[in-house]
Amino acid sequence: MESLSKRAKVLTKKPMTLAERAYLPAIFQGLSITMQHFFRAATKKQVTIRYPEETRPFSPVFRGLHVLKRDEAGRERCTACGLCAVACPAEAITMVAGERKKGEENLYREEKYAVSYEINMLRCIFCGLCEEACPKAAVYLQADKMAPPRFERDEFIYGKDRLVEPVTPDNRSKRGIQLTPEQADKLRSQLA
Amino acid sequence: MTLPALGWQGLVVLATFGISLLIATYCTYAERVIAAFLQDRVGPDRAGPFGLLQPLADAVKLFTKEEFFPAGANRALFVFGPCLAMVTALMSSAVIPFGNFLQFGDTIIHLQGIEINVGMLYVFGIVSLGVYGIMIGGWASNNKFSLLGAIRAASQNISYELAMGLALIAVLMMSGTLSLREITLQQSVAGEWHFWNIAKQPLGFLIFIVCAFAETNRTPFDLPECETELIGGYHTEYSSMKMGLYLFAEYINVFVASAVMSVLYFGGFNFPFQYELRDWLVSSRGLELVTAQNIITILGLVGLFAKIFGFIFFFMWVRWTLPRFRYDQLMRLGWTILIPLAIFNIMLTGGLITFGIIK
Repeated sequence: MESLSKRAKVLTKKPMTLAERAYLPAIFQGLSITMQHFFRAATKKQVTIRYPEETRPFSPVFRGLHVLKRDEAGRERCTACGLCAVACPAEAITMVAGERKKGEENLYREEKYAVSYEINMLRCIFCGLCEEACPKAAVYLQADKMAPPRFERDEFIYGKDRLVEPVTPDNRSKRGIQLTPEQADKLRSQLA
Repeated sequence: MTLPALGWQGLVVLATFGISLLIATYCTYAERVIAAFLQDRVGPDRAGPFGLLQPLADAVKLFTKEEFFPAGANRALFVFGPCLAMVTALMSSAVIPFGNFLQFGDTIIHLQGIEINVGMLYVFGIVSLGVYGIMIGGWASNNKFSLLGAIRAASQNISYELAMGLALIAVLMMSGTLSLREITLQQSVAGEWHFWNIAKQPLGFLIFIVCAFAETNRTPFDLPECETELIGGYHTEYSSMKMGLYLFAEYINVFVASAVMSVLYFGGFNFPFQYELRDWLVSSRGLELVTAQNIITILGLVGLFAKIFGFIFFFMWVRWTLPRFRYDQLMRLGWTILIPLAIFNIMLTGGLITFGIIK
């Protein structure tokens, strides 16, 4: 029969040589290969990452847990305009706006602020559109934190208590800070 | 035998029992670490330093699992199967001479559970009984896969016991005794390693080790429990510690097979230059002959365990290297290759003894 394609390959079934039929040379060959791997695993560093102790580095553009930023004076930047909630494709963000009282100027930057601001981390798809939409540079997705697993569904609704960044600057996330030109170049080269 | 000597001997028996269990326990750990290293992985490292407490964690897990009895299973035999496997596995280590003897004053302690003049036959008898544990467990499970595994185990063990026995006969022709202690002592002539039986019986050893793999149901001959075809074979239906006993029995069998091979072919508790070392201890170090002999005995004990661990490592090394044989290949290898080879080995040995080349 003529072959349909030109890829047909003629197989010849050669009788096995004595060495092949005796199994043993092939067995020793196999044993030496596994022994090489044994010593490689014992001496070289394994590729395994022992998770709780070691962690894989995040990408610099990783979009993780949200943060509500403060400005240089430590005031909340969010003005509760609702653009993030509108931009959110998963409808994960809700907020209640309130008016700043007299004497609260050191707490909130704008005259209007978010009394409550909640993100449902089970709905959130971490697309970063809220970050894009924010005109006040208030909401960011951190590159170094993730929403950890929890036992109850309620616990995934993050309120302001867990979203607003702490006052002490040491604990603040790196994201959301204006990059210096060198940092920007470094990031670009890492991305390329 | 005096009463204190009897007490010491009892201690030796208990120690043999404990060591067998301990080694089997840590074989589970070693198996997983060696498998991991051969496959460029890490292996268990969570429980304790380097995961050394892993066997403990496994034991706790096995003890707390549900005791499951399949519907229609013969309950009594279902429990009896793993018990029998475990008991026979433990019994066979009793006649292994782990060391020569220790002497304290008038008390002489032989580092051997029981010395009987048919030690090798005893080991063979007990190992043959071991297949009953698998057979009964597989049959009592009321499961077709278990039964298939059990039948495979029975036929495989019978086939390979023949070749194993024939390989052994060549050793017995040279030694003229069935006592494992005597066979060990005969290999200690002048303490030289080339008096070990491996130098005289390389072919016999090859046949013996292949059969040992089959007898202990280890890869490449683990057909009774092959996961892919028989979903675990004879222990498919077993859970909890009954499952644990089967796994344990397998590791104890590996330990005993390694010990028997070390004794029969690798000089047992003898090690090179032992008499020179003893004489040196006496002449240069000024030790008494008894003390020097005790030191040699302890070193020999360590040496035997080094040989045993080497064989156990080899068992595991092979397991994670070779794929499983097909059933017909297994039978063909056993009946048409190993048994004729073993008979040829007997004739060869007979000829060499007749012409005085080896003795």
